[in-house]
Amino acid sequence: MTEETTGKSRRAFLKGAALTGVSLAAGQASAATPDPLITEVQPWASGLGDGVDETPYGLPIQYEGDVVRRNVEWLTADTISSINFTPIHALDGTITPQGCAFERHHSGAIDLKKEDYRLMINGMVDRPLVFTYADLERFPRENHVYFCECAANTGMEWAGAQLNGAQFTHGMIHNMEYTGVPLRTLLEEAGYDTAGKWVYVEGADASSNGRSIPMEKALDDVLVAFKANGEALRKEHGYPVRLVVPGWEGNMWVKWIRRIEVSDAPVESREETSKYTDTLEDGTSRKWTWEMDAKSVVTSPSPQSPITHGKGPLVISGLAWSGRGAITRVDVSKDGGKTWETARLAKPGEKMALSRFYLDTNWDGEEMMLQSRAMDETGYVQPTKAQLREVRGLNSIYHNNCIQTWLVRSNGEAENVEVS
Amino acid sequence: TPVAAETFGLGRVALPEEIAAWDKDVSPDGTGLPVGSGDVLTGEEVFADQCAVCHGDFAEGVGNWPKLAGGSGTLAHDDPLKTVGSYWPYLSTTWDYVNRSMPFGNAQSLQPDEVYAIVAYILYSNDLVDEDFVLSNETFTDVVLPNHDGFIQDDRIETEHSKWVGEPCMENCKEDVKVTMRAMVLDVTPDEGDDDAAS
Repeated sequence: MTEETTGKSRRAFLKGAALTGVSLAAGQASAATPDPLITEVQPWASGLGDGVDETPYGLPIQYEGDVVRRNVEWLTADTISSINFTPIHALDGTITPQGCAFERHHSGAIDLKKEDYRLMINGMVDRPLVFTYADLERFPRENHVYFCECAANTGMEWAGAQLNGAQFTHGMIHNMEYTGVPLRTLLEEAGYDTAGKWVYVEGADASSNGRSIPMEKALDDVLVAFKANGEALRKEHGYPVRLVVPGWEGNMWVKWIRRIEVSDAPVESREETSKYTDTLEDGTSRKWTWEMDAKSVVTSPSPQSPITHGKGPLVISGLAWSGRGAITRVDVSKDGGKTWETARLAKPGEKMALSRFYLDTNWDGEEMMLQSRAMDETGYVQPTKAQLREVRGLNSIYHNNCIQTWLVRSNGEAENVEVS
Repeated sequence: TPVAAETFGLGRVALPEEIAAWDKDVSPDGTGLPVGSGDVLTGEEVFADQCAVCHGDFAEGVGNWPKLAGGSGTLAHDDPLKTVGSYWPYLSTTWDYVNRSMPFGNAQSLQPDEVYAIVAYILYSNDLVDEDFVLSNETFTDVVLPNHDGFIQDDRIETEHSKWVGEPCMENCKEDVKVTMRAMVLDVTPDEGDDDAAS
């Protein structure tokens, strides 16, 4: 196509668009008076900014001060064995900045330097071993992006709509690029006994957070990770070494990992009996509910991210993920699930990692009941809360992957609601 | 049979003292328990000194801190009370967790006999043993907790995944949609102005 014909067809298109009322340039207003931000020389266009030695390691600019972790005081007895929340309402893309990625500790974020770090492998192995941090850096490495979702994410919402914001309802999650050594490599180094069906992993902190992991998973894709998003793990995320357990509940991602024991039976530790077991309506409880099922949430608009620009073009954006594989599709409804449109994935879904979706739409200013519905490569479709409750009742605490509804009012404000 | 793989020769062999120092987990069959014993009355004293400030004199819990006793028969209720007596399947977990991670803020400070005594007192507080009960490494596995059989292995593949697979509804999926519950009514979300560090 020559330039000339391109120009012609573009003119023809614009003309046609004007006739049919399709809005391209039509909605653009003109200013009554010149904008002084343009017509007057601003200080930053005249004076000087900071020098390169001002910030050896930078934080976000002050105007982004609301993009921070938040705590919900009444959820736990104290802030040491507690949780905070990633500001997912304000983030885009899929990689979570480590500095605002959620924390969950059972005895606080400990300070463990590399020199003091030791990792033991014992139990049913040919050679029980002790590794230093420096040893771990000498094994062949892999890089993978995975989400870490707390088993309790959205747990406060089982009984009804409680917390007003995607950060609070869905923010016990982060998604990072990890660098580490496959757990398989370390187990082979110790010469694991093939009769060993389980590994028990525990942290160096007082809570220890011991969990039993079946050997099949341990040999598959579990990583012993020491870097996240390019740099060392943050203290609060397990510095210097944590376990990465793709697709599985965050509790099993043992931080400050100090010991891996090969055994023929699960330990049935506190974190897999008293906690991280899911009580059903009849009073029995599921145990070993490891995988995090397909889930999604609209991050904007949402209660903390209202529409402030009025009618017209609107980007509906959100996150989807599945612990059983890649996200293949996300549907969005504006009417509480009566009708659905398939959203656009920013890039093809990756296994056990966050996917970003967008629905570029034109908002007429009417009230919306926004929902998103994820599908994963197993064909599983994210259920409604009613569907989940039908199977599980109200007291499962963990693994709430229901469809979320935001009621967006005509003034652009949004609220966490449940709908029939 | 150890797996035969090429190794890198990294790390060094763990010494028995090192393994003993870190490998303290106790399994449901009692594997890992050290020799020792403790009775209910001793446990009451240790509990009063070390535990009651958070967990209450009778293990009933103080404020928002965990309740260790009570709740028997409540698991199918609207608001179940999950304690060692009402919910936990194995006594080994109680011993293991107390030994390794309690008291909160001063973990790994208890001697094995103190842990046996505390666990005996928790059993007593749950009306599961008499006050003259002595718990030891030898009698340990005689104790069967009430909710021993209350757990099933994850069955989501059968009970959920098989139902929620396939092409979902795209149009005319419901007749009517009504708001049935609102978070604003509860008003329990933290005020963003209060905890905004940068403002």
